[in-house]
Amino acid sequence: MSLTLMEGNEAVARGAFAAGCRFFAGYPITPATTILNNMLGLLPPVGGICLQCEDEIASIGACLGASMAGLKVMTATSGPGISLYSEQISFAIGSEIPIVIVDVQRLGPSTGSATRGADGDVNFLRWGNSGGLPVIVLAPVDLADCFKLTFEAFNLAEKFRCPVFVASNKEIAMTRESIDMDAQQLPEMLTRHAPPADRDFLPFQVDDGRGVPNFLPIGGDVLVRQTSSTHGVNGYITTDHDEIAAMVSRLKSKIHAAVDELSYYDSYTADGAKTLIISYGVSSRAAKAVFNELKRSGHPVSLLVLKTIWPVAEKVIRRATRAVERVVVIEMNLGQYVHEIQRIVPDKPVELLAQMDGRLITPRAIREKIHA
Amino acid sequence: MHSLLNKDRPPVFCPGCSHDKITHTLDKAFQNMGLTGEKIVMVSDIGCSGLFDTFFNTHALHGLHGRALTYATGLKLARPDLNVVVTMGDGGQGIGGAHLLAACRRNLDLTLLVLNNFNFGMTGGQYSATTPLDAEVGSGFLNRLEPPLDICQVARSAGAAYVTRCSGYRHDLADEIQRAIEFKGFSVLDIWGVCPGRFTKKNRLTPKAIDAALAELPTMHGLVPENERQEYGAHYRATAARQKPVGDPMQIEARFTPPQTGRREAVLLGSAGQRIITAGEILCLAGLTAGLQTTQKNEYNITVLRGPSISELILAPEEIDYTGIERPSVIVALDQEGVDRRRPLFEALETDTLVVQIEGVRIPDCRARIQREDFKAHGIKKPDWALASLAVLAHHKQMISLEMLTAALNLRFKGKALETSLALIKKAGAF
Repeated sequence: MSLTLMEGNEAVARGAFAAGCRFFAGYPITPATTILNNMLGLLPPVGGICLQCEDEIASIGACLGASMAGLKVMTATSGPGISLYSEQISFAIGSEIPIVIVDVQRLGPSTGSATRGADGDVNFLRWGNSGGLPVIVLAPVDLADCFKLTFEAFNLAEKFRCPVFVASNKEIAMTRESIDMDAQQLPEMLTRHAPPADRDFLPFQVDDGRGVPNFLPIGGDVLVRQTSSTHGVNGYITTDHDEIAAMVSRLKSKIHAAVDELSYYDSYTADGAKTLIISYGVSSRAAKAVFNELKRSGHPVSLLVLKTIWPVAEKVIRRATRAVERVVVIEMNLGQYVHEIQRIVPDKPVELLAQMDGRLITPRAIREKIHA
Repeated sequence: MHSLLNKDRPPVFCPGCSHDKITHTLDKAFQNMGLTGEKIVMVSDIGCSGLFDTFFNTHALHGLHGRALTYATGLKLARPDLNVVVTMGDGGQGIGGAHLLAACRRNLDLTLLVLNNFNFGMTGGQYSATTPLDAEVGSGFLNRLEPPLDICQVARSAGAAYVTRCSGYRHDLADEIQRAIEFKGFSVLDIWGVCPGRFTKKNRLTPKAIDAALAELPTMHGLVPENERQEYGAHYRATAARQKPVGDPMQIEARFTPPQTGRREAVLLGSAGQRIITAGEILCLAGLTAGLQTTQKNEYNITVLRGPSISELILAPEEIDYTGIERPSVIVALDQEGVDRRRPLFEALETDTLVVQIEGVRIPDCRARIQREDFKAHGIKKPDWALASLAVLAHHKQMISLEMLTAALNLRFKGKALETSLALIKKAGAF
């Protein structure tokens, strides 16, 4: 076995590169900057494009333009940049433009603390678009996840034609770790679905049995239209209420109907566990330490680590909570995702261990919460 | 050549709107150039200028207010062979000002047509960045407090190499647009026109009045010689092609046996300039040479040349879950700033922790074993203390061995730096 030393942000960049990302545009912001640095090393020598733009709005805008030209694109920022991305995120959702957006979360609100970790953006990522339509958010736990989930994020963006977020955290992004790169198995690389050649192309027409329109790039022999306005299948503005209703409900259902397929998680079950810990992101590592420690004790706990946080893996959560009497949700914020768990598990006590002070949640704090 | 106008979607502008005239003129320019729709992308902004893309049989991207140039930038870099034409109003120019400046400075081969009609037509004739001080517009008195912006002067100052100010009624506008599209670089056309739906309801503005107003201003007609330079896209591609590919990350084979078992944690407490982060990385690399898993978390001030610098390191034979420091095996106290930042750490220490205390650094009372080192007395300079302390750890068989450390230095350094570092650890391990 051989090991490599790398920080999370480099693994994100390498995962993106492996997934076929050939266009990156970003704006420097701690703790996401080293993704830009790494993409600048990876892309130009192979004919890819890496830009440092005038601001975050331009960064994501350039990505959306390049994505419509058919390239796989990524941008990376932190909370303050996500705020500026917001209108463009709405565009990408409504107009079905594939893009991977990395949010290396830092302690908010606002400019907050540039070099302190947090998971404060998890609801912001889900709800920070006008119209409130669903997005896909993946949350890495460690270095291997940074690599593999970023790769998966590209596959999902291509398949579902939507923005896919990688909700990283300063504590993973800027922490160097060892990794056995040879052991990292990547799935098959996906690309956008091209339309059949035997009929006229309409940019937002959906084939029977598919929830996602076929894709042709701007600049090919067939004229392609893209618009941020409410549009019909032909890509022109529509005022037809039925057409509008069908379009927005499809934008929702294409993500929600696929929840089983895109729910990534790790489940650790201990026989006789009365408590289930539910966690995501870097806090899952402290939870895992507690799971391992209590496994052979008189009071074992089970652990569910959610790596897809949006859409919510409701079935997975229900199944995992079936055998326990109580659920403890751990979050590096003041309690955001806990409301989803309370909604899904209304018949059992769902407690919260929340900490938002720039420090990692410790295994000790988790033990104390469990035994409280 | 055929018209590229979409017969199914004729222009829908207010009667007398100069946008209508410019739509037909743009079509004429495309025809004169012999362009087909597949070779053109119309990128349109928000407002009445945002309707342009729908009137043409070309590729089209209509996006958010003021952001048209951002999409155009991505499209053009991805597809350098396309003619990317951006339409924007004076409103879009105002809200997207940063993008206009960046486009001027970048000189990517885009053509920007600013359809300047001195107000926000679509939302009720509010004032824009180009509304005259004495105009009567839908923003009450506010426009009388802010003088209008000269788009062309701004573009020129920002580095645009092709800037034209002209009337939308000019008889040779199609030729002017053609020259702008053919220009290899970013071209800006500030095209003045009349908004009959809003602006001329209360203000007198005719094609003649526009000509008269233009005559009062410095001429801006095409090439700006002092800004002529390489087109960004071509320049980018040529420069990028010369960049060395980044190789695969370094893979390190396990060759040695670590001196201790189990999870071991170390904290290096120093200050900026002591190369704490590099020393931490070397400790990690040393761990990898013995097949250990490792993590490194660093803390330093945003002003990187001042303040505490701290590295938290874990080496373990098994997968590392929690990356925080719970029970450090080793603390190296290299500078007061680092120690002061982590004072609470010392309170909880037990006798199984080794603290390497460098001469002159005060540490809080604690139960840990203390190993005092005076690197200065041995002629080792402060920037080398962190690395020297790794030699002390290796010498005491704490976390790493000397062979692990030597191997790590060979992985991290080359040439002179390697020689110096090897000499340093030999010296530091010898006393």
